[in-house]
Amino acid sequence: MRSNPEQTRVGVLGPAFTASIPVLLGYSTIGIAFGLLVVKAGLPWFLSPVMSIVIYAGAAQFMAIGLLAAGTDIVQMAILTLVINARHMVYGLSLLDRFAVCRRWKGYLIYALTDETYGLLTTVSPPEGARAESFYAAVSALDESYWVAGSLVGAVVGGLVPAEYTKGLDFALTALFVVLLVEQVRSIRRVEPYAVATAATVLAFVLFGPTNLLVVAILLSIAGILAFRRRLA
Amino acid sequence: MSYTIEAILIMGLVTLLCRATPFIFFMKQRPPAILDFVQRYIPPMIMTILVLNSFKTLRFDRAPFGLPEIFSALAVAALQLWRRNALISIVGGTGLYMLLIRLL
Repeated sequence: MRSNPEQTRVGVLGPAFTASIPVLLGYSTIGIAFGLLVVKAGLPWFLSPVMSIVIYAGAAQFMAIGLLAAGTDIVQMAILTLVINARHMVYGLSLLDRFAVCRRWKGYLIYALTDETYGLLTTVSPPEGARAESFYAAVSALDESYWVAGSLVGAVVGGLVPAEYTKGLDFALTALFVVLLVEQVRSIRRVEPYAVATAATVLAFVLFGPTNLLVVAILLSIAGILAFRRRLA
Repeated sequence: MSYTIEAILIMGLVTLLCRATPFIFFMKQRPPAILDFVQRYIPPMIMTILVLNSFKTLRFDRAPFGLPEIFSALAVAALQLWRRNALISIVGGTGLYMLLIRLL
């Protein structure tokens, strides 16, 4: 049965919103923290939502606050951003097939591909009968709206919200990753990828410490999984 | 101000390029077999790394020894295995975490 695009869009919003609620909890609170820090660093409030739209990458944005306030050289900022966000190059690789059917929203989906949105898009299936692209776009746009709204609220009124009430809400993002990991274990029932990734993360931590842990761990895990190519084939 | 705007634009551009690289690279051709193999195991590996990465700043050498994080994460996994409802798992685990950091 085929439905027209308008019906399809209405049909995906509900499921997309349900899927995105954990990100709502995490992005709004971390976004508020980000906005607060922007203002505390002496930067104008509007830069908070502007950065959230133009950069839209949490870790890089938090790093940028200090660098901007210190007037860091732009080339150096570009290199640091590259190091922090290089992991996203790997994300796209496993989305090539899913995004191959996408047309109208493909550019937006690529721009909006954060850790959390990547996790949702690779784990949650689009609702039965709906266009996958519409579902992906709805999830991505909802996630981004939480982040931008949070960073705007944080910069404008963040100082009014007592931090002790919201303390710990950002655990929702860790919880989201745990849920997505459980779902991965359900669908890929081989011990190798999990063991390799754990070993790679521990090794990256021992060798380089917590800074740039993600990018080093991802590179090591890709090298590691190749060693099991025969066994997994 | 022009420095700030310029810096933000450059950071946005670099981030976008990172995200777009695989799509630009494999727009016309299929990825080679070796990448095709790797990409199948990227989601489970990335999720494992992202979970462990969340715990990288924990201090196990002083109270509360990372216990709120570890208990809450185990609770999330248990809830997810039991009810298979992401919302219950995440809201439940986050609620438990917010309680534990105030009690421990």
